[in-house]
Amino acid sequence: MNPAALLATVTGRREPALALLIVLLLVLIGLRAPFFITLDSFEGVLTDTSILMMLAVAEMLVILTRGIDLSLAANVALTGMAMALLSQAYPDLPVIAYVVGAMLFGAGLGAFNGFFVAVVGLPPIVVTLGTLSMFRGLVFVLSGGAWVNKHEMSVTYQTFPMNRFLGLPHLLWIAIIVIPLMWVFMRHTKAGRSLYAIGGNPQAARYVGVPVAARLFMAYALAGLIAGLSGYLWTARFAIAYTEIAIGLELVVIAACVIGGVSIAGGVGTIPGAVLGALFLGIIANALPVMGWSPFWKQAISGAIILVAVVVNSRSERRKGKIIVRRAEEHPR
Amino acid sequence: MKRFVATAVAAASLLAFGMSSAFAQDTVRIAMLVKNLGNGFFDSAFDGGQEAAAELGNIELIFTAPTAPTAEGQIEIISNLIAQGVDAIIISANDPTALIPVTKRAMARGIKVLSFDSGIAKEGRLMHLNPSNNELIGFKQIVMASDAAGGAGKIAILSATAQATNQNIWIEEMRKELAKPERASLDLVDVVYGDDQSDKSYQEALGLLARFPDLKVIIAPTTVGIAAAAQAVRDKGLVGKVFVTGLGLPSEMKGHVESGAVLSFAIWNPIDLGYTATYLAYQFVKGGATGAPGEKIKVGRMGVMTIDENGEAAMAEPFTFDASNVAKFAEIF
Repeated sequence: MNPAALLATVTGRREPALALLIVLLLVLIGLRAPFFITLDSFEGVLTDTSILMMLAVAEMLVILTRGIDLSLAANVALTGMAMALLSQAYPDLPVIAYVVGAMLFGAGLGAFNGFFVAVVGLPPIVVTLGTLSMFRGLVFVLSGGAWVNKHEMSVTYQTFPMNRFLGLPHLLWIAIIVIPLMWVFMRHTKAGRSLYAIGGNPQAARYVGVPVAARLFMAYALAGLIAGLSGYLWTARFAIAYTEIAIGLELVVIAACVIGGVSIAGGVGTIPGAVLGALFLGIIANALPVMGWSPFWKQAISGAIILVAVVVNSRSERRKGKIIVRRAEEHPR
Repeated sequence: MKRFVATAVAAASLLAFGMSSAFAQDTVRIAMLVKNLGNGFFDSAFDGGQEAAAELGNIELIFTAPTAPTAEGQIEIISNLIAQGVDAIIISANDPTALIPVTKRAMARGIKVLSFDSGIAKEGRLMHLNPSNNELIGFKQIVMASDAAGGAGKIAILSATAQATNQNIWIEEMRKELAKPERASLDLVDVVYGDDQSDKSYQEALGLLARFPDLKVIIAPTTVGIAAAAQAVRDKGLVGKVFVTGLGLPSEMKGHVESGAVLSFAIWNPIDLGYTATYLAYQFVKGGATGAPGEKIKVGRMGVMTIDENGEAAMAEPFTFDASNVAKFAEIF
């Protein structure tokens, strides 16, 4: 049994196992590319992964409720394009306008999903697959297929994410603020806890008085809000908004959740887990280019590493069900 | 739109006068039929065509296009042009084969049909003018890299996907150019693939910068790649130490040239393309050109075009854009 799984068995927790796996990964990378194991390089990786970490948190909210949001990356693209066009049309706006604008716009897109899932009662995978195409299509409608390029964005728009405050880029600061806020929300508020209840057992949740529809709607809208914020950060950070922003990113986000121990069946998952899952993928994405392998090997290797992570995780999960309501269901009176 | 109205008026008056003696016998009437109206690239090509017309003196150049880029629209226009009895038609085709029947009909009436930019299949035209060819594109990028590196040093290539045909052909041509003895002091250290996604291209560019601290130039023959690499160089504070070059559109590259990360980049110049195509058409009408393989046709300031075995010719190496002209061309395309 490998040490990570052993630790998981000992502690019964997923996050330490994953954290240990990340440390192992870093050591292995460091053997080949020592410059990867420097503070400067860590800051780069964390900054680069900030968006993925926030999106993993957003996706987790939805997956917890036994749902899935396939439209998150499309939301990033549409909101990013909308904000870039806004900057092009009104270059004098302050940064806060883009940040708040992106959150509202993204939350609106998420609420659209939420309406069909929570109010109309359609399956989330169908709704979000539909809105995935719809949002991607709207990117073309909004932009006319044209890109918003670096010189067309206002300077404040594009420099904000990488400008520094107390030595760290704003982009990283935003992740440092958003993630703990979400952690507190999920752990210490009634609304946050109710998402676990809904995912664990929707009927039971309804019986104990959880407003299921309202909470579902909230989960999708909140996920959309975070995706929208990420959309602004993405286009500003790379100083470009093109029609295929973040294409395929939804699958990376879901993979981050799964690696982080978020159960696709709902009800199980933590913010630190999802964040570590994203960090794991972020480290791989940043480390592979410095290894100097052929591009085809890179794909195969990153797939293999992800598989290892999932195996380690599923082993540590198998020990016991953690959800009280589900256990009650399994042992009827 | 103004141009379209002018064309329409011209066309209407032509129809009214029929093919009578309204025009002096020695005026060569050339129609430039492009993909669609309102496309800055083709507006510039028309400017180049007018330059050739002014130089040659007795050309009447008609600019026309369907409102949407469809083959059907172009077929209708070609039928009209046949009725008007123009001397030559130069076409950027919306479909390589759909236009063949109507262009054959035009050629049967003695009209010289040439394609440029986007070709018609061999049997549907007398010759096709390519803006450039793979060898020249590869050559040009190495020249720009060599200039940026001061003639010697490490260079790397950031491509799109590892399977992209055109990218791989260009990389192959670059390798051939680098194999020449006079390029011996340029050292191609790696070729990496950013999949035409900002985030992946950015990570790959960072990887190159980390692995090769004395890297001088990154060549990116793709627009997303060149923009992402320029952004990475800027974020790492390496502007002036590492230069990015490659292929891109002026409107997309303006900001990166202004930031100093990109000294020069290249793409075909639509003005030269329109000039050359118009000049060629004149040579077919008046100069006895036939489009036979191996034929050499003089085209004013652009030198001599040589027809290859497929009835095609390559205009020139891509045109260089730098701080002196990027702003002007950014307005055009």
